[in-house]
Amino acid sequence: MSRARADEEEYWHSSKFRAFTFDDEDDELSQLKESKRAVNSLRDIVDDDDDDDLERVSWSGEPVGSISWSIKETASSSASSLEGRDSSLQKGSSSYAAFPKQVSSYSLSSLFKGRNKLPSFQSLSEALSDTGVKNYAPELRRPKADYKDYSSDWSPKDTVRRMQRGKVCSLERFRSLQDKLVLLDEAVAGHDGNVITAVLIFLKRTLRREILFRELEVRQVALCHLIHFLKETGEQKLLLDLLRLCFFSLSLQLSQYREHLNIQDVEKRREFLKGCIGLPFSAEDTSHIQDHYTLLERQIIIEANDRHLESAGQSEIFRKYPRKASILNMPLVTTLFYSCFYHYTEAEGTFSSPTNLKKTFKIPDKQYVLTALAARAKLRAWDDVDALFTTKNWLGYTKKKAPIGFHRVVEILQRNNAPVQVLQEYVRLVEDVETRLNLATKYKCHDVVIETYRDLKDRIQLTAYKCKVERGSAEEEKINSILNNMVRNTY
Amino acid sequence: MAAHLSSGRVNLTALREAGRRELREFLDKCAGSKAIVWDEYLTGPFGLIAQYSLLKEHEVEKMFTLKPGRLPQADVKNIIFFVRPKLELMDIITDNVLREDRGRSPQRDFHILFVPRRSLLCEQWLKEQGVLGSFIHREQYSLDLIPFDGDLLSMESESAFKECYLESDQTSLYHAAKGLMTLQALYGTIPQIFGKGECARHVANMMIRMKREFPGSQNSIFPVFDTLLLLDRNVDLLTPLATQLTYEGLIDEIYGIQNTYVKLPPEKFAPKKQGDGGKDLPTEPKKLQLNSAEELYAEIRDKNFNAVGSVLSKKAKIISAAFEERHHAKTVGEIKQFVSQLPHMQAARSSLANHTSIAELIKDITTSEDFFDNLTVEQEFMSGIDTDKVNNYIEDCIAQKHPLIKILRLVCLQSVCNSGLKQKVLDHYKREILQTYGYEHVLTLNNLEKAGLLKPQTSGRNNYPTIRKTLRLWMDDVNEQNPNDISYVYSGYAPLSVRLAQLLARPGWRSIEEVLKMLPGPHFEERQQLPTGLQKKRQHGENRVTLVFFLGGVTYAEIAALRFLSQMEDGGTEYVIATTKLINGTSWIKSLMEKLEPAPF
Repeated sequence: MSRARADEEEYWHSSKFRAFTFDDEDDELSQLKESKRAVNSLRDIVDDDDDDDLERVSWSGEPVGSISWSIKETASSSASSLEGRDSSLQKGSSSYAAFPKQVSSYSLSSLFKGRNKLPSFQSLSEALSDTGVKNYAPELRRPKADYKDYSSDWSPKDTVRRMQRGKVCSLERFRSLQDKLVLLDEAVAGHDGNVITAVLIFLKRTLRREILFRELEVRQVALCHLIHFLKETGEQKLLLDLLRLCFFSLSLQLSQYREHLNIQDVEKRREFLKGCIGLPFSAEDTSHIQDHYTLLERQIIIEANDRHLESAGQSEIFRKYPRKASILNMPLVTTLFYSCFYHYTEAEGTFSSPTNLKKTFKIPDKQYVLTALAARAKLRAWDDVDALFTTKNWLGYTKKKAPIGFHRVVEILQRNNAPVQVLQEYVRLVEDVETRLNLATKYKCHDVVIETYRDLKDRIQLTAYKCKVERGSAEEEKINSILNNMVRNTY
Repeated sequence: MAAHLSSGRVNLTALREAGRRELREFLDKCAGSKAIVWDEYLTGPFGLIAQYSLLKEHEVEKMFTLKPGRLPQADVKNIIFFVRPKLELMDIITDNVLREDRGRSPQRDFHILFVPRRSLLCEQWLKEQGVLGSFIHREQYSLDLIPFDGDLLSMESESAFKECYLESDQTSLYHAAKGLMTLQALYGTIPQIFGKGECARHVANMMIRMKREFPGSQNSIFPVFDTLLLLDRNVDLLTPLATQLTYEGLIDEIYGIQNTYVKLPPEKFAPKKQGDGGKDLPTEPKKLQLNSAEELYAEIRDKNFNAVGSVLSKKAKIISAAFEERHHAKTVGEIKQFVSQLPHMQAARSSLANHTSIAELIKDITTSEDFFDNLTVEQEFMSGIDTDKVNNYIEDCIAQKHPLIKILRLVCLQSVCNSGLKQKVLDHYKREILQTYGYEHVLTLNNLEKAGLLKPQTSGRNNYPTIRKTLRLWMDDVNEQNPNDISYVYSGYAPLSVRLAQLLARPGWRSIEEVLKMLPGPHFEERQQLPTGLQKKRQHGENRVTLVFFLGGVTYAEIAALRFLSQMEDGGTEYVIATTKLINGTSWIKSLMEKLEPAPF
């Protein structure tokens, strides 16, 4: 009490909390900052004691007493946490008191099934207040049908319905193929996967495989359930047999292909992929899977070779830049990057040469240039970068060309910390004047900025740019001389 | 604690109560002290039904998460497993049971509670492992529809869409139908059912069939809902792919909301108390619950993010003005009044602090160049610009190896907005994706194709422009601050699904027959007879209540759009929303991707 009073006193007399002044500008960010400042300064006023009306929340944000919170709490049996726990548990139960235990005596299932036996209920609230129902509930849960003699013959329909309600039924009575199929069709019509699968397990056990497969071919939904079941239970052999027999659906072929992911050993994986190539995929999927196989085959060769090179310690590139991970199972573009990094100069005949990869996998120019550029820039091999964009025409003139646009080239070089001299060479090649100016200004390629303004005959901008370059530098001189020239020319 | 559930037009507390009741019944069956072993996925949904206190009152003394190995020591009579019916979980349970020390005394009894259903398959599995006999009670807890908010129910069935459209497994539809029957048992028979789509048709059929098979379900409760609208997610594949631009939608897009909770980076929430300087910054993510129980959140959650800043700053002014009041309070009475308001002001203050921080976090992202570029491309596609050729931005993103899900969202969006891509364009994208991210993703591409999200244009005709124009899916003059149309939730794009709901209410679907035929699946109407005494005589000016059930998932932006319609002055209809799962483009695409890591078992 006394503490509270002291706080209050301080609160009333202090004048550090003053009203805010809000600018009228509607800038979102400044508004946010404003409100942030406002609430932060208020924090000091109000944070002292916990508000009883608020739900208690531990730091992780779980309300104290919530289930995930309690799992952590009860799982730790250390005595040190006992004290805190007890108090908060009490807290939890006191908040629970708002919902007396007897409020509802209704279970979902009793509501669902027992209505006709309790015709006196007019409204839900009345029903909820009547605790007497509780006693009926267990009985009401059982529909009349349940009391029937267990040995009596249920129709396929009844059987499925019972199974849907979670009752255990013997399916052995369905002996003829005809009966079994009616049962399966009933189950499928009920849309309950649980029951469909149960019937399938029964059929799988009691039918010859060929017959089962034949019937499933015309029952797609059931077929999918069986495939799913076999996948989950890991019955690979039966699954593959089934897939082989039902090559009418492409996705099923793919699910065989999918199996390769479960094979850890690369050699075995490669063999498996090889086996997949023969499967009747769609034309384009076949080519992707063929590529996948070829790529893995390559990677195995490259990996063996490079591991040897690296451990021998003879190759400079591997000494200087040790490999971080194996290249096995990496995507194609990553493999290309790898080969541009370690095997750039190799002749086209070797498996690891970038040009060979490009040809084998028909990698588009754009993709190739991007990857090679990134790899060579990372090695700071600026000559290679230069060669990448140089083309010679038949007269022997050289010309710079980039399939990806020089602004992208600049970005990639910049990301690899290329020096300004290199950078500005490519900034200069950006065709769009505005983009060129932006990039040049951003990366401080002064020469390019100055030349561009000169070509634009923009005195004002050029003069303004003077303050961006160092005093007494060559760039400043250049600007001055251009400005003087311009003056002379205009007269 | 659950007050927010009763704030809406339909009091959903009753549904929660029914769920709690059933839980208590089960717990009491296992007499004596108990420990619960949780399938971790279930703790979130269960948390919305019951708190630990309820379990504790029924002698639950310990709780553990399900994991392989020996069960922790706990001196209890019963061990109860709360699990989804999944085989991999059965394997863990088997492991737990087999490692139980048989020599210990007294022995512990085992039970299983399957959520939402007992599974014959799982029991068979346990039987084969030789442990089925160890369980005394094997029961099911039908947690079908979980109340999330006053107007929102979800089944939180993650894989419902995938199961329905990829695996032809319609079990989740069966659960949806069961959930709807429970709902009708509590809130009365819904007289009118409309639907669009294959799955919608199935659910309606099952409902009618279940009603026929349980004559007992003919109840005498005055109907609360006037209409049920069942919508297949695949009728509108477009909406979830676009980036949501409401406040709640963006929180979900960026941080992911799980069972009404969100985890946020802690830096912005560091306590700035005086004297706390020495304390380390918290490293655990900050977890916050988001629902309409929080006044401020209820006000801003459904606004376009661009309209949130001004509300927050207005609130800040009001609160600081309120705190300023203390200087003017002169008499004891005035002071007393001020003090009595303090708790409310404190709550408002801390709520404002949290949301200002969240808004800042989001602002950092929405103002980034990449967010803008991405949004520009999305909006171009949705308004029908350049959907038939390879997009430069997408190509650039692939070259820079942006996250694959982002690429897939964009490519699928383009495909949907063009009624399928030209074969050449599709092949190009596929090739680039496979070469850059790995050939094994051919499986994922195949799944997307099967779901209709990514496909070649077969008919050679692009229907999307007709659909867009007829349903007015693209609005050029969108008002984000004071919206006059649902298109504000995507800053221009009006979600197709919600347009269908809107047009159903007024003027009716007959006006859009042509477009409905272009969308997949049948559309239909069913009526459920009510006893004469229960037929509603509508008061003048009283709103109708429509339950919209999204089969396959719904986004927060769509929910916001429906709430907007509920609040329209002359709307005439209020909406309650139910779904199999709350989704966003990322979580949705993720659910359709092949899991490429081999399972740990």
